[in-house]
Amino acid sequence: MLDKNGIAKRIAQEVQDGFYVNLGIGIPTLVANYVRDDIELEFQSENGILGMGPFPREEDVDADLINAGKQTITALPSASFFDSALSFGMIRGQHVDLTILGAMEVAQNGNIANWKIPGKMVKGMGGAMDLVGSAKKIIVAMMHTNKAGDSKLLKTCSLPLTGVECVTKIVTNMAVLDIVNKKFRLLERAPGVSVEAIQKATEGDLIVEGDIPEMEL
Amino acid sequence: MINKTVNNVTKALEGVHDGMTFMLGGFGLSGIPENCIQELVKRDVKDVTCISNNAGVDDFGLGLLLKKKQIKKMISSYVGENAEFERQMLSGELEVDLIPQGSLAERCRAAQNGIPAFYTPAGYGTEVAIGKEVRDFDGKPHIMEEAFKADFAFVKAWKGDEAGNLIFKGTARNFNPLMCGAAKVTVVEVEELVKPGELDPNFIHIPGIFVQRIFQGEHYEKRIEQRTTQS
Repeated sequence: MLDKNGIAKRIAQEVQDGFYVNLGIGIPTLVANYVRDDIELEFQSENGILGMGPFPREEDVDADLINAGKQTITALPSASFFDSALSFGMIRGQHVDLTILGAMEVAQNGNIANWKIPGKMVKGMGGAMDLVGSAKKIIVAMMHTNKAGDSKLLKTCSLPLTGVECVTKIVTNMAVLDIVNKKFRLLERAPGVSVEAIQKATEGDLIVEGDIPEMEL
Repeated sequence: MINKTVNNVTKALEGVHDGMTFMLGGFGLSGIPENCIQELVKRDVKDVTCISNNAGVDDFGLGLLLKKKQIKKMISSYVGENAEFERQMLSGELEVDLIPQGSLAERCRAAQNGIPAFYTPAGYGTEVAIGKEVRDFDGKPHIMEEAFKADFAFVKAWKGDEAGNLIFKGTARNFNPLMCGAAKVTVVEVEELVKPGELDPNFIHIPGIFVQRIFQGEHYEKRIEQRTTQS
């Protein structure tokens, strides 16, 4: 079974040379730590920076330079700043190549829910609906089950939706899956995790074809 | 030159009254119009509608207006950092319209640019689409979003000149340029107000035509929500 860093490490393998990438809050943020050195890419943060660099040293902290998670950041020499409409123009116009974000639930038709638990938690969708509504490729980074042990990979989402039929790939602490013909398809197992264990933790329909390899991390 | 300067924040907010709709720039606490917010608290205007991506934190930004129950309705995309906000929303005291961040930005831009409405895929098939026109383009469903209408826009820029030309800094730019000229009156506070000619016209982000009043702000706190440094 993987931890959060393990999930990020596996997702980093999906990033290709020349990609513009938007990372969501949480596990997706960790992906930046694991991208191979020979890959050239730029990170976009939807509050208005392309070419986001690492966190600053204490003496370089600038209140006018933050990411979408409101964390202080730095700007790379290749960076640019822009307003929020142009930022979402990059997203809606499909200029951003890859979106990596977290989820509370994913359904086997590609629906995703990650912004609201009615009566309990209402933080808002931020940029998530714009991102999933337009992205060319969306990878969901999340735990396979919630804290109560219930599957987060479902036949249908029970929570209010963020987007419909949009998720293309899911990387969890147990497996890598994609979505084909409105079903989950198992592609890889996390080290030491059996197909049976993944099946048990997946409420939605799961396609298992042939031998399922272990992830190479 | 058409001079847009006003002497202070009190002059800048003349005409503000109860029940109005305000636009406020900023993302999180970055680039918020600190002086205008303080003045709104001081004037104790009530029953206002605020269009702002976030709602501040409990003791800073729009959180200050929330605490005094001055806000009737919030139109935002993300409000997760404010406990008082959540309490007022769940108890029904505060009306809240949550909309996708890109649609929020574009609805400001539409108001600024005289575009009454536009179509976007964001929110299709979700609660956000309820009651909105759906139309297919290239086989993909989109929902119609309308331009905002507001009485005042409160904007924070880095530098500005007396003609109202503006330059923003870093990610404090965010929604600020989009709100200029998107309301009946645009009020801009700047860290540095300069004479015409001191800003290079090649690097102006927003021309003065979108600005009615400009003043130099004071005592910027620029609070940081998530101070994160290299370990």
